[in-house]
Amino acid sequence: MNDDRFPDSELPGHGRELRHYLTGAAVTLTLTLAAFGIVWLSVLPRYWTLGVVSVLAVLQIVAHFRYFLHIDLGKSHRDDLLMILFTSLIIVMMVGGTIWILFNQFARMM
Amino acid sequence: MNDEMTYWLLGRLDWQALPFLRAWNHPALSELIAAAAGGLVVLGALAVAVLLTVYRGWGPLWRDWLTSLDHKKIGIMYIVIAGIMLARAVVEAALIRLQQALAVNDAGIVTAEHFGELFSTHGTIMIFFMAMPFLTGVINYVMPLQIGARDMSFPWMNAISLMLTAAGAGLVMISLVVGKFSTGGWTGYPPYTGIEFSPGVGVDYWIWAVTLSSLGSTLTGINFATTLYKNRAPGMELFRLPLFCWTALCTSILMIFAMVPLTVATLMLALDRYAGFHFFTAGSGGNMMNYANLFWLFGHPEVYILILPAFGIYSEVIATFSGKTLYGYRSLVYATMVIAVLSFTVWLHHFFTMGQGANLNAVFGVATMAIGVPTGVKVYDWLLTMYRGRIRLTTGMLFSVAFLVTFVIGGLTGVILANPPVDFAVHNSLFLVAHFHNMLIPGLLFGMIAGVQFWFPKAFGFRLDERWGKAAFWCWFGGFYLAFMPLYALGLMGAMRRSSQWFEPQYVPYLLTALAGAALILAGLACLFIQLWVSVRNRDRLAAPLGDPWDGRGLEWSVSSPPPEYNFAMLPQVRSHDDFWEAKQDGRAYREPKRYEDIEMPRNSATAPLIGLAAAAFGFAITWQIWWLVALSFTGIWVIVIVRSFQQDIARVIPAREVAAKERAWLAEVESARPVDRFAETTRQNRGLAEVSP
Amino acid sequence: MSHSNRLHGGLNLGQAHAETHRQAETMVFGFWIFLMSDLVLFAVILATYADASVHGLADGPGPAELFELRNPFIETLLLLASSVTFGMAALHLKYQDDRRGLVLWMLATGALGLVFVAMEGWDFYSLVVHDDAPPQRSGFLSVFFLLVGMHGLHVIAATVWMLVLLIQIGRFGLMPDVKLRILRLSIFWHMLDVVWVAIFTFVYLSGVAR
Repeated sequence: MNDDRFPDSELPGHGRELRHYLTGAAVTLTLTLAAFGIVWLSVLPRYWTLGVVSVLAVLQIVAHFRYFLHIDLGKSHRDDLLMILFTSLIIVMMVGGTIWILFNQFARMM
Repeated sequence: MNDEMTYWLLGRLDWQALPFLRAWNHPALSELIAAAAGGLVVLGALAVAVLLTVYRGWGPLWRDWLTSLDHKKIGIMYIVIAGIMLARAVVEAALIRLQQALAVNDAGIVTAEHFGELFSTHGTIMIFFMAMPFLTGVINYVMPLQIGARDMSFPWMNAISLMLTAAGAGLVMISLVVGKFSTGGWTGYPPYTGIEFSPGVGVDYWIWAVTLSSLGSTLTGINFATTLYKNRAPGMELFRLPLFCWTALCTSILMIFAMVPLTVATLMLALDRYAGFHFFTAGSGGNMMNYANLFWLFGHPEVYILILPAFGIYSEVIATFSGKTLYGYRSLVYATMVIAVLSFTVWLHHFFTMGQGANLNAVFGVATMAIGVPTGVKVYDWLLTMYRGRIRLTTGMLFSVAFLVTFVIGGLTGVILANPPVDFAVHNSLFLVAHFHNMLIPGLLFGMIAGVQFWFPKAFGFRLDERWGKAAFWCWFGGFYLAFMPLYALGLMGAMRRSSQWFEPQYVPYLLTALAGAALILAGLACLFIQLWVSVRNRDRLAAPLGDPWDGRGLEWSVSSPPPEYNFAMLPQVRSHDDFWEAKQDGRAYREPKRYEDIEMPRNSATAPLIGLAAAAFGFAITWQIWWLVALSFTGIWVIVIVRSFQQDIARVIPAREVAAKERAWLAEVESARPVDRFAETTRQNRGLAEVSP
Repeated sequence: MSHSNRLHGGLNLGQAHAETHRQAETMVFGFWIFLMSDLVLFAVILATYADASVHGLADGPGPAELFELRNPFIETLLLLASSVTFGMAALHLKYQDDRRGLVLWMLATGALGLVFVAMEGWDFYSLVVHDDAPPQRSGFLSVFFLLVGMHGLHVIAATVWMLVLLIQIGRFGLMPDVKLRILRLSIFWHMLDVVWVAIFTFVYLSGVAR
């Protein structure tokens, strides 16, 4: 291996990052299994199930960003994090508003 | 040839699609007007082609313009598109006014259907093919110069955005010659625009024209935001950006997020129409109210996409022509950001009357009124910028002052409309029409015109004629009030928008006044084109090649006019807000760089215009259901993209020698020139070197 | 902090000089912005789905009757696995100048993506043919097909993109441009997995939860 190209300081990074990915795989897999399991076994009442799988989904999305997309609270990712948070805000407003408006209209048509 | 074969080859195309044939068969006035409009498009295109051939312009057009990836040339091409489309849409507006003024207890001059086409194309063009290209063009030209960059972050994508917009505009123009345009208004609400009630090609033209241009705008937004984030000159911190760049940044963020719901809505409408889906149909579980919801999820931020860049232009123009630094810079920045975010929270006010509960209406009504607050902050900032300034009333400044007065009136009626009970009373009436024209004409068009007056000498090296500019201003200004103030009254009297006929004689005086206003606006438009013509003819007398005709404040004035292809021989080192102005004070300006370096610029590419051509073919083919061409053009676009990704040799180097020669020649000219006093800047002495005044 | 650490998935651009790194950062930043816009696309369709799956049934079958969990579960695992394999490919790209490993992991990812698309196609086919539930049947089915189909189209596009990149690896080797494209594709791919999490939760799990 050419030292000029691959400074020594980066070499241990490989193992660390590999662990990072594998941890991510384990976390997301667990969350997926939990979500499917809860619905499959229908252990909870419907509205509880919906709430729990929604929370699990949010957690899993955070895990994807954390482990696979390498977005963390580090300073170097501040721009990207802000962008993702701003997008989340826009999405919450758009999706929340849409659902609110359409369900309200529907209720008043009944 | 049998029918099946014809359909396979030509889709729904037939001879009756041509307005000339329709007019021949039924020579009614309405058809004759349509044929004349179609004829004008054909003749216009022919005239351009002939002129290009006579003056051997095809080669330069292709080499220097269409294939160029230079942000300055792309910006100019955007503005050319906007100018052409503006002319068409203003003429349509005059026709609309004429029809309404004549059609009191009478049929007027056009049929109801033709009238529907007129207001649909007028709105669609003004928003998507006048306003959007105009502001995109100005940002394209000015923003990289202001932040001290050599180009956009993604020059090739920039060219593609332009070409997609051009393809959409082309579709709208073609619809005058082949077939008919939608009659569903610029909003295209279903179920009227569904296949059941609008089986023709009109709505399809609308869908694909709008979709192409909104895809282009999304890409533009990505490009602007990335450029502003990553391409700023050293030392150009965010809070040193000229305000125009801040508004460009907020506009691009709005583009990134707000164009998407529109694309979703038009695609869903297309699936409803082409494939029998049920997104917005009346039966089978469709929800047409969701269309209004999706459309205005886009539509409201769009209002601010349009207005914010104009705010930026006014900030530059007012500060420059008042000879003062912008008052309340930070408050203007924060107000811009607040407006951008709030613009995502008010979309429901466009459909207060659609049946949701009072609480929901109240929430969105309050949010709407809240937007008035940051906007008010801005108005005060601009007033205070002028306060005690030594104001020069150039054309651009006149438009800015007219904006302040007029826009406040529009904002006032906006706050009135934000009140749901009031909105119920005047919804869909001419009061609303008056309101949004009262926002967009001063809040967008005046700004863009002011921007052109302001930066034209930068782009071409000569100023625009002031006399014709002022004539244009008075026509626009007076024309606006004459044309739209009566509409407020008419709306309160009960006149509904988009009506092709009336039965109330008491409307007549108002309608005639509005017609006179439309005529005056038409004259204003003519004055602008005459101004351009006269200025080009007198370009030697108006020349200001040294680059700083207005005693400017931003980096864009620190280079020659027109700027070299690479903008800056050496990337500037920015020390403060209003850097160039301070540099002039400190004597730092016009210094020769210590050394020159080779500059790498993107090579021209034929792929972008080819993609635009394929996109236009796609839009035309899918409108007329010529499926083989749909498949061909769609595949073509992606093949071109992939082929381009294999190209290696996409940059070319401008040698340091060449840069040095150019820079030195310009600096020598600056050295020998006589600076001009600020108050003599509209005279012949103004060669573009401003006198430094304490 | 070295430049490569600042680049999301991480990237080793070899000996390329600072200018290349700056360009790379711009490139990746712009691509992130595009992805944010793309997320809004899915969010808006998902919001429409939230309405249509309740109010737009038009007396036709609803989510509870139509959906089963087995296939979506397998599809979820396939996508998750492909995210991990792409991560492995990214590691090869960053730490080893080992073209073979990179290509093999990318091929594995692409294969998983194709199996995913094929299964989804089969789901669609059985909905239309066996359950008599084509998109034209109701507002709910229209939005379902659009939402899931849009995601599927993205996966197909990503697979085609991967194919093009494999050709470019073969032709140009691992030059900075190609590396950057692989990096962007990997971000795209991971993002499609994020979207799928929302789809399996709010379409399938919420649809069949009793």
